[in-house]
Amino acid sequence: MLIDKNEPSKLRWGELEEDDDLDFLLPPKEVIGPDENGIKKVIEYKFNEEGNKVKITTTTRVRKLAKARLSKRALERRNWDKFGDAVREDVGSRLTMVSTEEILLERPRAPGTKQEEMKVAGDSLAQLSKGGAVLMVCRTCGKKGDHWTSKCPYKDLAAPVETFVEKPATSETSVAAPGAGKGAYVPPSMRAGAERTTGSDMRRRNDENSVRVTNLSEDTREPDLHELFRPFGSVTRVYVAMDQKTGMSRGFGFVNFVNREDAQRAINKLNGYGYDNLILRVEWATPRTN
Amino acid sequence: MRPILMKGHERPLTFLKYNRDGDLLFSCAKDHTPTVWFADNGERLGTYRGHNGAVWTCDVSRDSMRLLTGSADQTVKLWNVQTGTQLYTFTFGSPARSVEFAIGDKLAVITTDPFMELTSAIHVKRIAKDPTKQTEESVLVIKGPQGRINRAVWGPLNSTIISAGEDAVIRIWDSETGKLLRESDKESGHKKTITSLTKAADGSHFLSGSLDKSAKLWDTRTLTLIKTYGTERPVNAVTMSPLLDHVVLGGGQDASAVTTTDHRAGKFEAKFYDKILQEEIGGVKGHFGPINALAFNPDGKSFSSGGEDGYVRLHHFDPDYFNIKI
Repeated sequence: MLIDKNEPSKLRWGELEEDDDLDFLLPPKEVIGPDENGIKKVIEYKFNEEGNKVKITTTTRVRKLAKARLSKRALERRNWDKFGDAVREDVGSRLTMVSTEEILLERPRAPGTKQEEMKVAGDSLAQLSKGGAVLMVCRTCGKKGDHWTSKCPYKDLAAPVETFVEKPATSETSVAAPGAGKGAYVPPSMRAGAERTTGSDMRRRNDENSVRVTNLSEDTREPDLHELFRPFGSVTRVYVAMDQKTGMSRGFGFVNFVNREDAQRAINKLNGYGYDNLILRVEWATPRTN
Repeated sequence: MRPILMKGHERPLTFLKYNRDGDLLFSCAKDHTPTVWFADNGERLGTYRGHNGAVWTCDVSRDSMRLLTGSADQTVKLWNVQTGTQLYTFTFGSPARSVEFAIGDKLAVITTDPFMELTSAIHVKRIAKDPTKQTEESVLVIKGPQGRINRAVWGPLNSTIISAGEDAVIRIWDSETGKLLRESDKESGHKKTITSLTKAADGSHFLSGSLDKSAKLWDTRTLTLIKTYGTERPVNAVTMSPLLDHVVLGGGQDASAVTTTDHRAGKFEAKFYDKILQEEIGGVKGHFGPINALAFNPDGKSFSSGGEDGYVRLHHFDPDYFNIKI
């Protein structure tokens, strides 16, 4: 049930007498009964501590759980004693609880659409209206639905201001001196003179398809990253670095893909993507190895 | 809708059954104790203590006074539903996999697994009104199918018994003589183990679900294949709505789709199909493990699902469920 209360501070008993005298000044309580959505509003008027008239609106959603049309026998059964393991049960036992999430009968696609409609490619904007497509917005030309900013065919017209938007080509030059230009962390396995074991097993290959995402907003969490990267392929693991003290994201995270190609596509598409007020930086987690 | 979660079992659920009036829900699990819940709010009423093995199946009599449960401890027990006391125990040589009361509750059909030298068998036992007069003897024993018989139910008017199991063949037997009357066609039938079987409210057709990722609708009298419903996951449980023409399939063993980081409601879903059009209407997510049991309330306004995760989820439909159009 949704309950929205705006309550004044509690009345003190010393002031109760006063209120009784002045109650006639208050408008009467209104009850706007449950409408077709089951929303019920109760409007009451009270005097608060300072003697001001206060209007309290309580909005509740009345939900009928099930029509209780029980037969006579069923009603008798309702009054049976508990037996077995339920004998020692108290009302507060946590065995039965209503789900905190609203679960819907999810339709496979919008009802009424036919398969043929989906195949008509046509206008890129029309593709948007089908729903479910990732909204591609290019900041350079403002043209929606066609390409990301980094892929803008008109990029010379109005070059993006952000210089840290990397294209995949440039990242390859940094294999020899990783992170030298940016001062980024270089893992021991990638430093000059390090030995790398060959022959990765399943786990290793997985970690090799790791994508680092930086410049995340404070409240980004694993599920958000998962949702964002899922369209590109199967994601095996997502991780968002958290500050234990504040509970906020430290602004970066990692996404592991099953396939390298999916990871590459994700990097191409999402690098420079505007996500929750910040522009993402998406790149390979360790500089790309060949 | 807001499902009601009931975590009374510590082990995976195996079977769910509503009573005839739809106010009680019986759940069986691998944890030895069948439990009964109130079907409107999910409050637990009681548990039946006594079995020493996983409880695979149960059935309740029409007056909701007697409960039959079949277990892996090679017994089938008859209980008083109200008090939880054991009334009688049938002993077998192998685990009991499926029980069902006949119409009239005077007979029950029980299937047992193949075990050591014993082959799987279908037993028909007489259930006496007075538990003290109950005897162990079988009215009929049918042997024949290879492999486990996962489910055996009574046909219309108790004249036939329908069985389905690991050999993927559905058989119809005469309940008086034990003779095999019909077998499902190998070509159009299931290709892998049939895990579940449920009858329509009027008994004219029934639905079988199988590990071959499909469910099939059959005519009860002629055993002709009427419809087939396909999914991407092996089907562990099936049920039909008594009110609308909907079929629900539950199952799942799709490990690659499960992510360990998803903290939202689980991904395993019960899929709704239109019975006649064979098209998917939608899915109800929520379970954290494959769905092993499904049951529809006889009034058609709610259904429950039991999963490998030990949870029973009771769903009361929103009003717009009844207005779904394809």
